[in-house]
Amino acid sequence: MPDAPGLELIRGEIEAAHPGAVVDTGFAQERTVLSIDPAHLLAVLGWLRKAPGQGYDFLSSLHAADYLPAEPRFAVHYELLNRNRVERIRVKALLADPGEDTLPEIDSCVGLFSTAEFQEREVFDFFGIVFRGHPDLTRILLPDDYVGWPQRRDFPLGGEPVTFTYNERNYG
Amino acid sequence: MRQRQLRARDMLRGDLEGEELERYVEEKVVMTNFEKMLGWARSNSIFPLTFGLACCAIEAPISLVTARYDLARFGAEALRASPRQADMIILSGRVSIKMAPVVRRLYDQMLEPKWAISMGACSSSGGMFSNYAVVQGADKFMPIDLHIPGCPPRPEAVLYGFTKLQRKIQGNPDQGWRARYAAHGTEEWARGGPRSEPSAEAATAYESARELIGA
Repeated sequence: MPDAPGLELIRGEIEAAHPGAVVDTGFAQERTVLSIDPAHLLAVLGWLRKAPGQGYDFLSSLHAADYLPAEPRFAVHYELLNRNRVERIRVKALLADPGEDTLPEIDSCVGLFSTAEFQEREVFDFFGIVFRGHPDLTRILLPDDYVGWPQRRDFPLGGEPVTFTYNERNYG
Repeated sequence: MRQRQLRARDMLRGDLEGEELERYVEEKVVMTNFEKMLGWARSNSIFPLTFGLACCAIEAPISLVTARYDLARFGAEALRASPRQADMIILSGRVSIKMAPVVRRLYDQMLEPKWAISMGACSSSGGMFSNYAVVQGADKFMPIDLHIPGCPPRPEAVLYGFTKLQRKIQGNPDQGWRARYAAHGTEEWARGGPRSEPSAEAATAYESARELIGA
């Protein structure tokens, strides 16, 4: 894990090549976080992978989060790993919600990391985030005819209310 | 003992008469009707479907049929891997909305008469999974004969439920599914329907039987 000056150096080098790419840096849950503009996603991931001295060539996880009511609302997280130095860095692409009927879009990184294919499908399945250039962007875990994006925070919880002792006032 | 054997020999020879014959019949013969005997045979030779859904499957099809709890004691040791040979299905675990059509299809493929046990809180009511992915109770998409509570139920509870199901089978209740699915008139008969003509052999046999009793 790069320390704070190391992270600022990475930020400076990315900013020099792609102005406006890095929005913020920080540390969360013992992990360095590089928050970026989704328009520069492939450039940043490619730089972290290929630039000499970086070598973050392993995508250990790709997932999304819904930060409602924060703005921008969504974030796609890329957990990168340098397997020689055992260093990890989290790239967080902040995605705004375009509104009612349109889905947020971001570039697919399958070309860089082929392991991202199923994980991007899963993110699409549960958050409705469209990955541009993905070879087969269909639902992966839920039924194909499912309607809605169930891991979004404004998705109704579903199920049926059950009376337990702690919520007896609500349903009893 | 020796005396009983002698009496049995006499009985076979036709030598037993009067009070002795009465007592012998009382001891040795059970009177019943065909429906009761059929129910008794059915309830003690159930073929469960080899089928597990979730964590309850550790308790039901695995723990229950192996040596410690041994469902074979109740006549259900022959687990079938095909629904077409099975007549009982145990829903052991939560049914996700993606799995529900599969479970329904398995149930539909089983031959009549068939029984379904919903085992545990999840398949009975959705349990703790009150969310977008899990069907809130398996009886929303198929008929269930018996619900066993618990999370998971102890194997003893499942055995108790199984004996309850056996009693239900012996009572031979109308399974009611024809009414539920509006399926009256879809019965299949060997010779073209309940009102069709009997076969030639059957008609001859019937006539000769009537002649025999002098009707």
